[in-house]
Amino acid sequence: MSSAEAPFPHTHLLGIEGLKEAEITQILDLADQYVEQNRRTNKKKDLLEGLTQINLFFENSTRTRMSFELAGKRLGADVINMSTSTSSIKKGETLIDTASTLNAMRPDLLVVRHGSSGAVKLLSRKVDCAVLNAGDGKHEHPTQALLDALTIRRRKGRLARLSVAICGDVLHSRVARSNIHLLNIMGARVRLIGPPTLMPTGADKLGAEVFHDMEEGLKDCDIVMMLRLQTERMHGAYFPTISEYFSLYGLDYEKLAVAKEDALIMHPGPMNRGVEIDAAVADDLTRSAYRNKLKWGWLCEWPALIC
Amino acid sequence: MSKYTLYKNARLLDPASSMDIKGELLTKNSKIAALGEKVDTPDEATIVDLKGMCLCPGLIDMRVFIGIPGADYKDTIVNTGEAAAAGGVTTVCVQPNTDPIIDTIPHIEHLAIRAKNALVNFIAMPAVTKQLEGKEMTEIGLMSRAGNRAFTDCSSTIENAAIMNRIFKYAAAFDALIVPHLAEPSLSNNGCMNAGALATRLGLTGIPTAAETIILERDMRLLKSTDCRYHASQITCADSIEVIDNAKNSGLRVTAGVSVPHLSLNEYAIEDYRTFTKLSPPLRSEEDRIAVVNALKDGIIDVIVSGHDPEDPESKRVPYELAEAGVIGLETLLNVSLEMYHNGSMELLDILSKMTSNPAKIMRLDSGVLKAGAPADLCIFDLSTPYRIDPEKMVSITKNTCFDGRPVQGRVMRTIVGGESIYQYDS
Repeated sequence: MSSAEAPFPHTHLLGIEGLKEAEITQILDLADQYVEQNRRTNKKKDLLEGLTQINLFFENSTRTRMSFELAGKRLGADVINMSTSTSSIKKGETLIDTASTLNAMRPDLLVVRHGSSGAVKLLSRKVDCAVLNAGDGKHEHPTQALLDALTIRRRKGRLARLSVAICGDVLHSRVARSNIHLLNIMGARVRLIGPPTLMPTGADKLGAEVFHDMEEGLKDCDIVMMLRLQTERMHGAYFPTISEYFSLYGLDYEKLAVAKEDALIMHPGPMNRGVEIDAAVADDLTRSAYRNKLKWGWLCEWPALIC
Repeated sequence: MSKYTLYKNARLLDPASSMDIKGELLTKNSKIAALGEKVDTPDEATIVDLKGMCLCPGLIDMRVFIGIPGADYKDTIVNTGEAAAAGGVTTVCVQPNTDPIIDTIPHIEHLAIRAKNALVNFIAMPAVTKQLEGKEMTEIGLMSRAGNRAFTDCSSTIENAAIMNRIFKYAAAFDALIVPHLAEPSLSNNGCMNAGALATRLGLTGIPTAAETIILERDMRLLKSTDCRYHASQITCADSIEVIDNAKNSGLRVTAGVSVPHLSLNEYAIEDYRTFTKLSPPLRSEEDRIAVVNALKDGIIDVIVSGHDPEDPESKRVPYELAEAGVIGLETLLNVSLEMYHNGSMELLDILSKMTSNPAKIMRLDSGVLKAGAPADLCIFDLSTPYRIDPEKMVSITKNTCFDGRPVQGRVMRTIVGGESIYQYDS
């Protein structure tokens, strides 16, 4: 189905880990083409015409689900959304039962988000169609990382040899894990910044340098990726107060001053202003790629669907 | 009339007396009558030629979970007995977390009645605290007097140190063995695998080894003021081994065990979220696995258990963190343990002692040895022929083994309980 030169060798997209540099480049190149497409009045294509895409969300999501819905529809697929509140999952149906029920409807593509790490992989083994991971537990969120990579590449022209600082709640973040994998594959240097309590064990073994002092970590970096504090995932106290957190790890102009002058600020959203990022920095259009990211959000979903 | 059977051309292996000779063994009814290079045999004896195969005491498995009563869909006592027999296990020590929980004499008697016709010996290990809640002691005194030697809350930690302290003091008066679960709940409750880089990569919440060692250290501190017998049934890490070693050296009456999966697999067995590798405590790092093997060799760890825990497919065909912990193990206790003999890590008699004479001593059983007068509970195995573990050929109803496809050497050929052959390998 691929419209790119070489066919994408994977049936599913379950994570960034295991992808090759050329494969990521292939997806990003494709996404680049769609930036133009997106600017036309007629945004539709017929690449996925006749195919059925089911967005299966076991976890709440608005933006990711809409992105996939939009991407699917603009590519001509029939898109069906299914979320836990409207399904029988709450009645005790297991993940595998759900998978086999959906499989019987012969979809061509399943876009799945689940709260448990590995759940999307498990599901992918039980269906006959392609499965796209839209986030599983604390494991991976590959399209978000691809989107971040696209944003960086469009702003900086490359990914290789850039210094990228990922700041905040790395412990609970699947986006951070996918980004670490992707940036390593593409030859960027990754730094992780956050309090020790929000840094997963062995983070340094994932191919990243770990900093607990934000200014030390931000020094001379090209990209500052802020993570949202996922307060809903926190089972206990990971830091004393929001104000202490903001003062030590919140991104403001003062801390940003040690980064490169043209350092790009990114945030997966939704932002907690005054928690992990200062409102003024967040809204600074010259520095922040937040709005661009929203605008391009669905672009990476496109090639991911096509491949 | 007495019934005699002679097992000749055997390699007799008795860890208790360090015997490893070519010889023969005669059983009379349910007991061992004589053994040696040559024994006087009555004319009416049945002769079984073992053709050089190994003959050792039947294995004693100190950690076996059963579904009966309460979860009949997982297994049956008949099936557990068959699986044990196929694994050369002649005595299983039943963990109390059935439904209802085994925490009173009537519950023990109920198990005894249901296990009466089972192929192997079922010994209950009753709960230490009522309903395994960690709050109130069970009738340790009465149950001890009735012949129960070991008490365990199997998979629940007794969190309250004051209660644990009283349990140790009270149990000591009855020579009762306390077998605790070692996991500090605040460190282990949300976790599903070993904490570390792999857990981070897989996005799974880790359980640090400290969860185990903290409870162990607390218990050692408390034990110092009592004379209680204590058995840490599943040691998984180097730090805990140090604690056990120190405790033994300082004279505490402490023994330790390890399960076969912790001896032979590390956390990387989880690879693609294989729920059949989910255990409590979890599989640890390779460094810890090696430390555990060395501790077994050095005698710091006394016992190998299977940790046999049948789980139905529905408990395992779910995302990793939601899956039930537990693997079956009765049929992989001996053959996987023998890897340590074949790879030169341990002597054969030494390995066998961890599944025969040592658990017998700890559980105060008269089996686990080859000597005249002991129960004729025997295991006959072929030491060398290689084969792959095939879950489909296993006797257990549930197939949740973590050793699917593993190449092993050592096959149980015949199992004898009370002088009767209850299992024979049929190729």
